[in-house]
Amino acid sequence: METLWPQVERLLLGVSKPARYIGGEQGAQYPVHGPGKVAWLLLYPDTYEIGLPNQGLQILYEILNERDDAVAERAYAPWVDMEAAMRAAGVPLFSVEQHVAARDFDVMAFNLSAELVYTNVLNLLDLADVPLHAADRGTDDPWVIAGGHCAFNPEPLADFVDVFALGDGEEIVGEINAALRDWLATPSPDRSRDDLRLTLAGIDGAYVPALYTSTYENGRLVATAPNRPGVPAEVAKRTVNDLADWPYPARPLVPLTEVVHDRLNVEVFRGCTRGCRFCQAGMITRPVRERPAQQVKEMVSKGLAWSGHDEVTLTSLSTADFSGIEDTVRDIIDDPVHQGRVSVSLPSLRVDAFTVGTAAQIQKVRRTGLTFAPEGGTWRMRQVINKLITEEDLYSAVDAAFSQGWRRVKLYFLIGLPTERDEDVIGIAELGKHCVEIGRRHSKSVTVVASVGGFVPKPHTPFQWFGQDTVDELQRKVNLLREHARSTRGLTIRWHEPAASAAEGLASRGDRRMGAVIERVWRAGGTFQEWSERFDLALWEEALAAEGLSLHEVAHRDRDGQEPLPWDHISAGLHRDFLWTDWQDALAEAVVEDCRWTPCYDCGACTGLGLEHVVASPIPPAGGSQGTGQDLSVGGRIPVRLVGGVRSVAGTG
Amino acid sequence: MRLRFSKMGKIRFTSHRDVARMWERALRRSRLPVALSQGFSPHPLLSFGLALPTGCESQGEYLDARLEDSGADELSYSELPALLTPLLPDGVVVQAAGLIGMAEGSLQQEVASCDWELEVNGVGGQELQERVERMLAAPSLTIHRERKGRQTEDDIRPAILTLTMTQENDLEQGEHPIGRLRAELATHPRGVRPGDLISAFGTDVVLARACRTHQWIERDGARFEPLSVSGLGTDPVVVHAAGRAS
Repeated sequence: METLWPQVERLLLGVSKPARYIGGEQGAQYPVHGPGKVAWLLLYPDTYEIGLPNQGLQILYEILNERDDAVAERAYAPWVDMEAAMRAAGVPLFSVEQHVAARDFDVMAFNLSAELVYTNVLNLLDLADVPLHAADRGTDDPWVIAGGHCAFNPEPLADFVDVFALGDGEEIVGEINAALRDWLATPSPDRSRDDLRLTLAGIDGAYVPALYTSTYENGRLVATAPNRPGVPAEVAKRTVNDLADWPYPARPLVPLTEVVHDRLNVEVFRGCTRGCRFCQAGMITRPVRERPAQQVKEMVSKGLAWSGHDEVTLTSLSTADFSGIEDTVRDIIDDPVHQGRVSVSLPSLRVDAFTVGTAAQIQKVRRTGLTFAPEGGTWRMRQVINKLITEEDLYSAVDAAFSQGWRRVKLYFLIGLPTERDEDVIGIAELGKHCVEIGRRHSKSVTVVASVGGFVPKPHTPFQWFGQDTVDELQRKVNLLREHARSTRGLTIRWHEPAASAAEGLASRGDRRMGAVIERVWRAGGTFQEWSERFDLALWEEALAAEGLSLHEVAHRDRDGQEPLPWDHISAGLHRDFLWTDWQDALAEAVVEDCRWTPCYDCGACTGLGLEHVVASPIPPAGGSQGTGQDLSVGGRIPVRLVGGVRSVAGTG
Repeated sequence: MRLRFSKMGKIRFTSHRDVARMWERALRRSRLPVALSQGFSPHPLLSFGLALPTGCESQGEYLDARLEDSGADELSYSELPALLTPLLPDGVVVQAAGLIGMAEGSLQQEVASCDWELEVNGVGGQELQERVERMLAAPSLTIHRERKGRQTEDDIRPAILTLTMTQENDLEQGEHPIGRLRAELATHPRGVRPGDLISAFGTDVVLARACRTHQWIERDGARFEPLSVSGLGTDPVVVHAAGRAS
């Protein structure tokens, strides 16, 4: 194991933000590589400042380094100036801890949190001097593994990745490690990559694309099926039963330089059953599994003492739903050990639970930014997407915020949603206008920022069959919204580049043929496509045309219920029937409630995985299920397991 | 309270702002009674000296931290370096700590000049020596540099207080000559950074390494360091270094 530091060091005076390449974070580990230890390079295929805070990567980093048969280091995508300097000097991709060449690791494991980073994955393999295509790799080349939410449609990267790990990584990472360890222990002439492929395909949640073939007819996908006997026809995600078994990261990385979330993060639960139909995360991470409140408090106090941060974020897909969230927040803020200097931020505030009391609580120490996500501009639209926030809920939340001294509130919306009409888009301006008016009652100078993203349908959601809006249509809606917002002083509209939504749609729902498109975009210089200054839709359109595909075919076309989907052989635990019914309900503006506190809709996540929702309280939080305010406190069986083993009630199925 | 620390090795690639953040975290972990600002977003009252350019090392950086009124007297300043260094990243070593009066001027105003040790590539030996002599003999040295996003022309000659080649370390390594220089550069009215100085040597001279060894305050004709390393902390006031250390 040789360090490249002397070569790297020479490049650093000439590049921007060189601290991204030096490692040295508190919590960084410097494991000794050697025989019997599988060497993992964990990669986040975007810049250091975006990748470092990623919790999934940090969890696996600790779990692997605790094993005596594994070592793990990290790497991130070097920014374009550093990449150019590295290529000019012949310096390959390296780990940030010990500056070891990526090629010297046994595994390159990528975190896929967003589709537009796919070209960066290719670039990192190339910078590592590893063959781009899985089929071209030999016995001594690293194994390329990928996990994260985007792995739920693995096909666009199927040509480049050896193994995808689906779902929660805590357990499967150890199983993959054991398989690799045994394979590496076999003398080189006696082992083939094919042996290990077949072993890995036997691990639950591991998808080995080389063992599957996609067939097409008339330019459309027919099926993706095993090309070998003994390989499962469907690969289902892994799900960790009890978060209490995995109190990670225990020693979170504290960076030396500025990163996007420079604070302590503690995950309070995984999964979400609010049932927002646009939300892939909420669909693929079911069921809900809460961390015991006592463990949350311990992780917060230990984490703060370790890191020196003065701010902690309680993370989850909908933190206000955590049982006893108010007590937990109060306990953290009032803990004498923190001397009244620690603030708590909640990344996802639900408007129906945001009261003056909550507002007062979270701004005790420091007033953090405040963001609400109504997502849709009208009640009709919000019923279609099953985001059941009433206007009254939103206005009272905004009133609570402004009354407690906030001067600026941010609202998140999507445009390009199914069944969307112009009045739904204009509704965003109307909501924003009313929020400004409410704010003026408390202060003369208030700002409401409405941030608008173009909707991209995602696999394993009820909207997976929906043809997304074209760039022109999204742009027209943005213009319409701006026109209606113009007359309101204090209302600012921000929007996401519509062209980027189109490219995201390609990578999101494309089949295996998208690999060649991604490769062409990368070869044409299209790295860092997440970055607006680097994004170029023309590169994608040219690549599509060269491969005989089109934006219309992949992104803008509605699918019917019969059409095979590229991710049909991948299971997030959700029944296709459930998703289709929910899609039809969406079109009919029919809503579903949160199944934590109401009868089961049989989505498949609990029953199929033999799991239950794990929550600490059978009583829904303020506002009831999905803000409908219905009384759920009496009667009915509770389809949940209570944490702490107070009692266990079987699902109503 | 004034602290003196070094910044050596890999950590030199962090920025001035990064150093401020790592100090804020370390001081919170130390639980020292650092005073907080008032307002909606309270932050610790820290004031750093002249920014060290990203990529430069230093043997003499300074930080002033305001303490809560009640806490300042109880601290044992001689023990602070050993307490704080383990809370800071590798390469940052706290060398001294001491109490200073509230009447002391800010480090940014008070420090008049800095000593630097520089290592350059491209030109060495006699050639470098001749350029040093030419620069010192010149009445003015105009360089082009970017300041606040605009190209400016500045005469840096008045800010070069001393400039010598350190003969004993002058090496010639293969095809890449290395030269070592020592300079004292003034900080007012406009500071000259090592990169600015080296740019006046010509495009064939490249700065490879720079280390700030001392910062100097001048008052009533005397010059001294903001906090002397020799006065390891027990004194309640700044130890005034007598004359120039080297």
